Amino acid sequence: MPAIKSLEELKRVREEALQKKKMKATPGNIQVIVAMGTCGIAAGARDTMKSVLNFIETNAVSGVTVTQTGCIGKCEQEPIVQVVIGDQPKVTYGKVNAEVAGQIMKQHVQNGMPVKDYVLPI
Amino acid sequence: MREIALHLMDIAENSVAAEAQNICIEVHEDLQSDLLTASITDDGHGMDAETAKRVLDPFYTTRTTRKVGLGIPLLKLAAEMCEGGLSLITESGKGAKIEARFRHSHIDRMPLGDIASTYLALLVSHPQIHWVFIYQTTDKYGNVDNFEFDDTELKNELGDMPITEPEILKFVRGLIEEGIQATAMQTTGY
Repeated sequence: MPAIKSLEELKRVREEALQKKKMKATPGNIQVIVAMGTCGIAAGARDTMKSVLNFIETNAVSGVTVTQTGCIGKCEQEPIVQVVIGDQPKVTYGKVNAEVAGQIMKQHVQNGMPVKDYVLPI
Repeated sequence: MREIALHLMDIAENSVAAEAQNICIEVHEDLQSDLLTASITDDGHGMDAETAKRVLDPFYTTRTTRKVGLGIPLLKLAAEMCEGGLSLITESGKGAKIEARFRHSHIDRMPLGDIASTYLALLVSHPQIHWVFIYQTTDKYGNVDNFEFDDTELKNELGDMPITEPEILKFVRGLIEEGIQATAMQTTGY
């Protein structure tokens, strides 16, 4: 099996993405960080990340960086997700299952309003 | 952990923490020899013999956020429960290779799980790393099928376009999911 199913297709997809990205001005840099230590993964962090990626894909959200961090010492609150928008302070969420992740993406990442019920006091 | 794929994601984070630039994850489901082998090879800073021995102990960790390090011991236990085992080959400054073997048909063997999601999550969250993902299956007659994903071509083509742009994400996810599904067919039987 070839490494890339079709390089031509990838070129086309990239062009498309570039066009759309130009059209939508992103309000500052948005970072979504999923904690992926052993504790996070055991608590379901991969499904949480999958949900974040699914949201980006289905709602065509441009300009979001998705990354991960290790264990931050709050294992009982896993899966943990952090959202950083532009220069605003980092917001840390606890017990973020796939459903809550979708809610955070919609309310916080897209509309700038943190989902208060799941914010951890750190 | 409920899936081998989750263990792999966890162990791969060790390679990332060891500042590896190249990480290869290889899974082989071999029905002919009744073996499931999963390995992670990296070129991170590796471990000296003493440390390599100690990482198998759950009460050893270099982290400061908590006092236990469960990743490798958990995988070792899971493998040993299935007439398999875990090996760790490493040298200080020379990377590491960790391999877990399970008897494929063992009743206690946890499912391989959603390996496509594991690969995608790693690829997205560590774009600075050169990833190679391999998934190979051998059916009981010895026919081999192979999915190999090396992200070099993808990254060359993308340039500074982030992988998390929706269109790109869709493309890459489709690529990995389809490739793995097609390869898995001969071991799952549909």
